[in-house]
Parts: sequence; C-alpha cells; structure tokens
Amino acid sequence: MKKFEKLTSAIVPLNIENIDTDQIIPARFLKATTREGFGENLFRDWRYNGDNTLKNDFVLNNPEFKGQILVAGKNFGCGSSREHAAWAIQDAGFDVVISSFFADIFKGNALNNGLLPIQVSDEFLAKIFTTVGQSHGAQLTVDLENQTVTIADTGDQTEFEINAYKKSCLINGYDDIDFILNQKNLIEEFEQAR
Amino acid sequence: MSKTLVEKIWDAHVVKSEVGFPDILYIDTHLIHEVTSPQAFDGLRKRGLPVFRPQQTVATADHNVPTLNQLLPIKEELSRYQVDMLTKNCAEFGIELYGLGHPFQGIVHVIGPELGITLPGKTMVCGDSHTSTHGAFGAIAFGIGTSQVEQVFATQCLLQQKPKTMKIEVNGELGTGVTAKDIILYIISKISAAGGTGYFIEYAGSTIEALSMESRMTICNMSIEMGARGGLIAPDQITFDYIKGREFAPAGEQWDESLAYWKTLYSDADAKFDSVLSFNSEDITPMITYGTNPGMGMGIAEHIPATANQISSEQASFQKALDYMGITGDTELVGKPIDYVFIGSCTNSRMEDLREVAEFVKGRQKAENVTVWIVPGSKQIEQQAIAEGLDKIFEAAGFQLREPGCSACLGMNEDKIPAGKYCVSTSNRNFEGRQGPDSRTFLASPLTAAAAAITGKVTDVRTLLNETVNH
Repeated sequence: MKKFEKLTSAIVPLNIENIDTDQIIPARFLKATTREGFGENLFRDWRYNGDNTLKNDFVLNNPEFKGQILVAGKNFGCGSSREHAAWAIQDAGFDVVISSFFADIFKGNALNNGLLPIQVSDEFLAKIFTTVGQSHGAQLTVDLENQTVTIADTGDQTEFEINAYKKSCLINGYDDIDFILNQKNLIEEFEQAR
Repeated sequence: MSKTLVEKIWDAHVVKSEVGFPDILYIDTHLIHEVTSPQAFDGLRKRGLPVFRPQQTVATADHNVPTLNQLLPIKEELSRYQVDMLTKNCAEFGIELYGLGHPFQGIVHVIGPELGITLPGKTMVCGDSHTSTHGAFGAIAFGIGTSQVEQVFATQCLLQQKPKTMKIEVNGELGTGVTAKDIILYIISKISAAGGTGYFIEYAGSTIEALSMESRMTICNMSIEMGARGGLIAPDQITFDYIKGREFAPAGEQWDESLAYWKTLYSDADAKFDSVLSFNSEDITPMITYGTNPGMGMGIAEHIPATANQISSEQASFQKALDYMGITGDTELVGKPIDYVFIGSCTNSRMEDLREVAEFVKGRQKAENVTVWIVPGSKQIEQQAIAEGLDKIFEAAGFQLREPGCSACLGMNEDKIPAGKYCVSTSNRNFEGRQGPDSRTFLASPLTAAAAAITGKVTDVRTLLNETVNH
C-alpha cells in the first residue's frame, strides 16, 4: 500500500453535501476488473455533458484548482460500498480527502488504499472553503505524524483523529491482510474451538 | 453482564481483541458478486494465496445481468467480461457459483435468505452495502470494500472496530396502504441519510415483531441509507418458520441444536445501547422521496419541503436536489406525471412484493404513458410467480415481468431510466443518475409504485385501495 507522511498541496473545493459514491463513480464505469484507470470517470456526470464535452463550471475542469487535496461537504462517500470510489479519487491524483463527516465504508476503503480521509469540524471546513473561495490555489499542509491540518494562507490549524493502528499502516505502507496473515494460527485455533 | 444482540454475536466471533487495535472478527459466510470481487481475486494471485475457506463462500452474478433473454450471451462486452471473469475466478479458487442459467441465481441478498444460507447468529459480509439485508434474521451482516473482500478470501476474518449500537423501536399498528418500505423510508426521513453512521441498528417494537421475514428484510436492507453499517432484528418464531426446510438450512439434530442457540439471540432486557430512538407506526403514511438522497422523503400527501425552511448551510445542497429533480418546494408531489415504474431490487423483489402488487393490479390497467418493469429477485421467485399465475395478471395489466437481477436499481446493466425521465422505484437509492445518467427517481413501496403505474402519476395509493375493481 502507498505510504503517507506529510503533504502540502493546493485545495480542490467541492462544497456539496452528501456526495454519494454514485456521483464519485457511476455504476456503469465499474466494469473494469483491475484497480487502474477509474480516475478518468471520477465525478463523471458532474464533469462531462451527455455528449462527453467538459462542463466548464465544474471545479475539476477549472485549471485554477489543481491539487492533491479534495475538500468536500459533509457525509462524503455515502451509499454504495464500491471501493472504486476510493480508487477513482486516488487515480485522479488526490492523496487526501477532507470533510466534516464521512460515510463509514468509504472511510475504511480510503484508508485501505492509502488515501487519507480527514474529518474536521464544520467550522474548520467552512474556513477552508472561505479561504479557497478568496484565493484559488490556496494550500493546506497535512501532517499525519502530528495529526494536523494547516491552512497555509491564514495559519489556522486543527488536529484530526485517526485510529492508531490505521495511522501506522499508512506511515509504514502495510495493510490489514499483512497484519492478519501473521496470526493465521489464531484463526485456525478459533475454528477448532467452536 | 447484559449484552445487546449485536454484542452477543460479535463477541462470539472475536478471534482476537487487543487494546489499540481493531478486533479480528471471524466471518461465517462470504457472499460475492461479479463487480466487487475481480480485483480481490487478483490480489490473491499477486500474493500467491488460495481462498482460505472456499466452502464458506457463495457467488452469484446479479449486477451486470440482462433481465431479458438471459440465456443469450450478454450483449455489452464489458459486462459480459466481468461475469465471465467471476465464472473463471470461482472455478480457479473452488467457489460455488450460482451464475446465469442456474436455478438458484438471483440478487445476492435475495438468494442468501431464500436458500437458507442466511441464519441467525452468523457473521456475513459481501462487497455490497446492502448486505445489511441479512440482518433481518438476527445476523451481523454488513457491506465491505474490495480490499476487505480480499482480506476475507485470504483469512476468513476482518479487522473491525466494534460498532456502536442503536435501538430503533417502532410500536403500534400500521395503517391502510402502509408497508415495511414506508416504515424504513419514514425512519430515514426523520434521522437523515447520515443519522445512523457508526452504528449497528437493532429494530424492535411491536410493529417490527408483527412483520413477515420479507418485510423485515426490506427494513434491514435500507439501514445503510442512513449510514449504518448494518441493521438487525432478533430472531423469533417467524424467523424459525421461514428458515425451516430451506435448501441449506440445518436439518434433523442440527436443526434442534441450532434452534436452541438461536433462541438465546436477543438483547438482554437491561442491555445498554449507545442510542435509542422510538417511533409510533400510527404516524407513518405511505412514503415517497422527492430529492436525491434517501433521507429526502415525506408522507405522500405532504408538500415538498421549501428550501427556505432548511438550515442555511444546507440550503444550497437542498435546492440543487430539487433542481435536479425538476420540482419546486412547497408544492404537492401527488399528480406529478411519471414515465417508468420499477418494481425490483434487493429491497423489494421478493414473493410478498410481487403478490401484493398482483393483488392490487388485478383487473386494472397501467396508464399508457408508463413503462412498468417487474424484476423478481431470483430465478426461484420468477418460477414461483409464474406457478401462481402472477405473470398473467401482470401481462393483463401491461406490466412486464422480467428475469432476475439488480436491473434498473443502479444503471449498470441494460435496464436504465432515460435522461430526464421520472421513475417511481421500489429500489433503495435516489441519487443523481443512479438509475441512468440524468434519470430522476422517486423511491416508494411496491404498492405506491403500482398505484403510479395505474394512474401514470405520483398517487396516494390509499385513494385507490377504496375503489372497487372487477377482478
């Protein structure tokens, strides 16, 4: 799994609430059998018109917003369990998603792929949106070791929570399967004891 | 110590619990389908691992399958490839597959219960968020991502934080035309599409206890639509009667042993839940959603809420939803012309749903402007519907009975709602484009959907239930 430690990058703001995984990647683009290439169809129906031309008013099509940190409204990633949503976001060049609330399955999927989901308060989220609204290309610094997010322009900083185990997975680049496989004897013992 | 039902089942499946780490949770049954499994099989190959317990894994093809002429090769190349890949992977890793043409094929969450694979006290997962359906039997069942599918393939376990628990009680008798779907749409409309996040929900109360297993599945199915990982209902005589005699259900001595265990599966009277909510079923009327998440629902006779009445930070997202749906706040939805009716999906495609619709449409005719698809949840349901003559009733009404699959629930296979068109749908999600690019979905019960099919408009089914029809 991809490692993550620290990142300073421009904000890509998507100030919409309840962004579901069908918006992140519609079902008709889930037919690939590998993990690659889903970025092309990230937010497909918001990015493209029906005739496959770009929708100019969508933030991902605006050259003023190019960065590795996606910032979205609350309840991001609700709906389907499709991990393709996390793959698509990552494949499109993002390493961090910030929101004031995440759906459970999406959050787990992101963490399992080295895409860092960061939950901040509604107030801090509003500050980020205000900052980037005034200054396109505004940057954030995400420090996983110290669990902080800082708005570069204003110096505003907040701490975020992350499960200690998941944090060490991200920093070291190992995953749950590596962790459980080392304890397979326990699983067999459990099965025999039932 | 007193425990909730979730805690009882969870604790019985913990292989290892260590402070600072998620629990290693043993998974009894792993259900898979063609969409979320190929990358997991690939991962196994890369690591050089077999499927650890293939006999605890069951596969079916449902998301990509056409619902007409199923025995012909799938037309769409990528869909065909994905389904073929499942066949190949199952053969390679020794997994039982109920694929196209098999008498057990169907929607993964319909066939598990139908075959007696879903049982009380089990832990069950699937790379599909509607796995919560199986909770109706008193199982811990939840949806997982593909990395976790690979994890379960490799170890038959998952690393999981123990969830918080919520109890939702519904008490009282249901009114005319009000069904399980209305109960769950009502609850979601009250607590929002995020209101259950982080929780496992136990549904209880006299209204829930009186429901059939199929209705209970409809309720548990939509737990994820309020963000909950899962929902479950304590098993009782209704559960045991449903299971007995099914294909893979325990039999003989095993049945007696299982039954004795199942009867211990309830939340202790003084068990503590992290959250408790209570609703009165007399407040519930036939429901419909008007917006673009399942929390945007209302009693069908109500006015669509006005944007100005939403809290200010949510007004933009709310108005965006109304604009997408082409509707106006503070107006009625009843009377709105519609184009399609879809009766199907893992939420409402079981015998009870089909019988209820057939009973209602007998002697009635669909409106000319509406296309009606009825898609049974499994091959067995399709066969049963035909054996009961429901196909003839549907045909006479102008409803099309198709072959089993996920169909128009998710805009992945051939069954899509065209851009701009309105569909009254018994499925579970009304997200933008869910049923096809730019399609517009009103979620409702099978009865409300059938009423819309007859009138061609959003209709309060109670106004038709009083009419006399010549059968």
